[in-house]
Amino acid sequence: MTTKLFGERVPRVEDQRFLRGRGRYVDDVLVGPGTLHAAVLRSPHAHARILDIDVSAVLDLEGVHAVWTHEDLDGVMADPLPLLIPHPALTHGRTQFALARDEVNHVGEAIAFVVADDRYVAEDAVDRIRVTYDFLPAVVGIEAARAATHLVHDDVPGNVGARMEQHHGDAPAAIAAAPRRLSLDLTIERSSCQPMEGRGVVARWDPDTSRLTVWSSTQTSTGVRGCVAARLGLDLAQVDVITPDVGGGFGVKINHPWPEELLVPMAARALGRPVKFTEDRREHFISSAHERGQVHHVEVGFDEDGRVLGLDVTFWHDHGAYSPYGLIVPIITATQLLGPYKPGAYRVQFESLFTNTVMVTPYRGAGRPQGCFVMERTMDAIAAELGLDRTAVRAANFIQPDEFPYDHGLVFQDGRELEYDSGDYPASLDKLKALIGWDGFPALQAEAAAEGRRIGIGLACYVEGTGVGPYEGAHVHVETSGKVKVAIGLTTQGQGHATVFAQIVADELGVPLEDVEVVSGDTRKMPYAVGTFASRAAVMSGSAVQLAAQAVREKALRIAAEALEADVADLEIVDGLVQVRGTDATLALGTVAVLSNPLRYAFDEASKAATQFAVGDPGKPPVAEDDEPGLEARDFYSPQRATFASGMHAVIVETDPDTAEVRILRYAVVHDCGRIINPMIVEGQIHGGVAQGVGGALYERMEYDDSGQLLNASFMDFLMPYVTEVPDTIEIDHLETPSPLNRLGIKGAGEAGVIPGSAAIAAAIEDAEGFPITAMPISPSELHALRQSKETP
Amino acid sequence: MKPAPFAYHRPGSTAEAVSLLAADPDAKVLAGGQSLVPLLSMRLAAPSALVDLGAIPDLDSIRVEAAGVTIGALARHAAVLSSDEAAACQPLLRLALQHVAHPTIRNRGTTVGSIVHADPAAEMPVVLRLLGGSVVAEGPAGRRTVEAADLFVGPLETSLGHDEVATSAFFPALPAGGGVAFEEIARRHGDYAMAGVAVVVRREGEQLVEVRAGFVSVSDIPVVVDLTDVVTGGGDPGEAALASLEPAADIHATADYRAQLVRVLTRRVVAAAVADASSRSLTR
Repeated sequence: MTTKLFGERVPRVEDQRFLRGRGRYVDDVLVGPGTLHAAVLRSPHAHARILDIDVSAVLDLEGVHAVWTHEDLDGVMADPLPLLIPHPALTHGRTQFALARDEVNHVGEAIAFVVADDRYVAEDAVDRIRVTYDFLPAVVGIEAARAATHLVHDDVPGNVGARMEQHHGDAPAAIAAAPRRLSLDLTIERSSCQPMEGRGVVARWDPDTSRLTVWSSTQTSTGVRGCVAARLGLDLAQVDVITPDVGGGFGVKINHPWPEELLVPMAARALGRPVKFTEDRREHFISSAHERGQVHHVEVGFDEDGRVLGLDVTFWHDHGAYSPYGLIVPIITATQLLGPYKPGAYRVQFESLFTNTVMVTPYRGAGRPQGCFVMERTMDAIAAELGLDRTAVRAANFIQPDEFPYDHGLVFQDGRELEYDSGDYPASLDKLKALIGWDGFPALQAEAAAEGRRIGIGLACYVEGTGVGPYEGAHVHVETSGKVKVAIGLTTQGQGHATVFAQIVADELGVPLEDVEVVSGDTRKMPYAVGTFASRAAVMSGSAVQLAAQAVREKALRIAAEALEADVADLEIVDGLVQVRGTDATLALGTVAVLSNPLRYAFDEASKAATQFAVGDPGKPPVAEDDEPGLEARDFYSPQRATFASGMHAVIVETDPDTAEVRILRYAVVHDCGRIINPMIVEGQIHGGVAQGVGGALYERMEYDDSGQLLNASFMDFLMPYVTEVPDTIEIDHLETPSPLNRLGIKGAGEAGVIPGSAAIAAAIEDAEGFPITAMPISPSELHALRQSKETP
Repeated sequence: MKPAPFAYHRPGSTAEAVSLLAADPDAKVLAGGQSLVPLLSMRLAAPSALVDLGAIPDLDSIRVEAAGVTIGALARHAAVLSSDEAAACQPLLRLALQHVAHPTIRNRGTTVGSIVHADPAAEMPVVLRLLGGSVVAEGPAGRRTVEAADLFVGPLETSLGHDEVATSAFFPALPAGGGVAFEEIARRHGDYAMAGVAVVVRREGEQLVEVRAGFVSVSDIPVVVDLTDVVTGGGDPGEAALASLEPAADIHATADYRAQLVRVLTRRVVAAAVADASSRSLTR
């Protein structure tokens, strides 16, 4: 048997290409002079009625080919964009138009679309468009949205898009009867994904074949394909969507179709020329999506051991101007807030509010960082109230290893029951305490205090539902050369899919890793797929890849058994050779591929072996009734419910007594994503997640002024952490609690690293400073202000 | 993020650059481009023409003499930073330049360009002003020297005429008995500082006879505060500095926090500069 690759630190096969600048992104496609370039006129105002759009000065400009406004859009192109995930509680869902019709609802909303010889001319043209506005008051922030003095959408009373409640047991009664009670008010600010590559679309219409090819930097090529076909009135069979290399997604590219994903193909067909749109950074800030902004009120009742008897959470979710992605983010907050704990009773209510700001769709973590912050701050508050160790309060509330599967009695984001499949939270906590040196910290803190230094420790625990349905598929094809081509339908944006899925296939088929090539996100190769989100690729596509590879293996052995006149049970595949155990009889997998396809015509030397006078039993049809030619298989994986990964982070910070700067001294992670396909890739995911968590905790916020202008729409003022702001070392320990829901025993790992960042860092700052931290992110300026307010009561 | 159309000139001499500028009141000088090019790309500036100094010979010199360091208009921050002779002559140059943005920006950005851009958050205008340096400008009327004290008139505004090109900046040498220090606090490494302080001190024998501080990001133009009496009298230089400044708020810092940074940094940097003067007198 070939050495098993599953579980090994296999170097990423993608890296040579990416690190040498040989990645191929959307902007690298169709770079020739025949391609036209698009630019978009975006609203400079947060809320206004459009009275008139004058484009007369545009078409005079040399190099301009066309300009579209809403009144130029035909048929369904003129309708609001789809509400992707409807929900009964989303009573007032609203989506934007591809180009604004009568009203703009946030700075950055698309108003006009210009196509020109190059992007320079296109931007010159955009500058010449004159729009007359009737200004309306802007609703900015949760407080203004709740006050509803002004409305974002005239027909959405109170700015409330949705109101939703879930409960398990009678939380208010449990709290009322509890021996101890606390209430907390907690706030998380907005941030956003900010992938290195922004959005981008290229489209080419081929009049000879009546086919449209679209390249998009998306997290769902099949989703884009469906929308483009529907809006442009094309059959699905006329549209191919290809996702080349993608420079990061982090959630923002799962939303679709973006206006440009429809306008670019529309323009390409109308003009008979390829058209390209490449988003710039300012556009990404003001016209893609944000996340995180929520305000929570918590009521909790508990006993003297810190055991939570009743938990009642009410929160307000800032949805921005539109709600195309439905209620996924607040539903995830509402359900995943529970983390590894089992409160006696739980009630959660939220309102999803419209504001005149960029819309909110999932960003890595997708509502969980907020929920984790709220739950973990509550745990810390209980510990402080009772004078107990913070880990003891958590341990008192953990779901125990023998209680799985554990049903919370709630409905998760996929419409299925919130039922945890497996986990071992006490073991994780033991590992984390050992890793960070929890029990020895008070002595270190006292030592530091004696030197005039303030240090603090914090921890946070989370559970993440990963690998949600509905399904993913894979196609595995052995070429006559013996090389294996694998196609998965979901897209890849840097996760290392080409490595981990090749590991699974190489193990299953007994071929060297370098003989396996994985292609993703190309609807020509896998037209049925959902997309890359919710930490689902490993679980969903990984399982599908394993199933398809297994089917190929079975077929290969069957054909080889016949050719070698051996029993299938006596065969093994090693280094691409099928062999009869204990004999010299072998057959290359490539030859098996030749034999799998009965031929009349030989096309090369090898294929002669499969021609009609060379092979086959004249007494049977060349292809059996229940079989197909070719050594290939397609299979799909569709789980009943999500699998639940978990983890815990601990952090030690130092706060400067004078400048209130916060420095991270140590950051420790214990992570359980079930069986690990490639520890190096999982650790990379954790590193990136922690970096984003640090950003969310200490640096990033969307700085809107009262008129709805985003004041920090650039990397100069929106403070994504540099490598200098992220801990040098992230200490990681793994726990592997296999998932019983899939054959590989795996759970997702993509988002985990970011989830507990704000919660853990807030706890550590609180421990260093000695007063509660209730809002994140926190800047030195804000920490200084908090100190001042504590000094002058 | 593509600039609006502009004409591009690449003169071969300073005189030619001056006449191009004189002929077009909307033209802008391009040197390292690290401030100007982003402004063009975001269409926050749309000059009719750029006059690129890049082809003018000998503008990239760094001349170190006993009196001080003369830096040519095309000398990059990185070149000045790595010049051991310049650092030996006036150590504040290297101390401050380490805080100017990131290596890639320092590789293109020019020190003289940063000075005449006159951003209140920039380090080098403050260093020039604190050290009592000057700039040489060439215009249609010829060459003149502008003292730093007369150069900065407002945020992003200098007293140079539109048709004048700053060809060099002069930073006086650290005198005997002198010491310097620089510290700033930014949200992220390499960002514009929320506040920064540069201090120069001078001793005569054991006696401290001069303590002066310059401030980054806390005033519209570089301000120098003389702290000699406060420090020699045993007072708090932090509070004394604040009395001459009015820190403002922005999205990264409240006015109160910025005042706190001035207070803390001034104390720290004065102490560091005094220590620097002591250690230099010991090694001499």
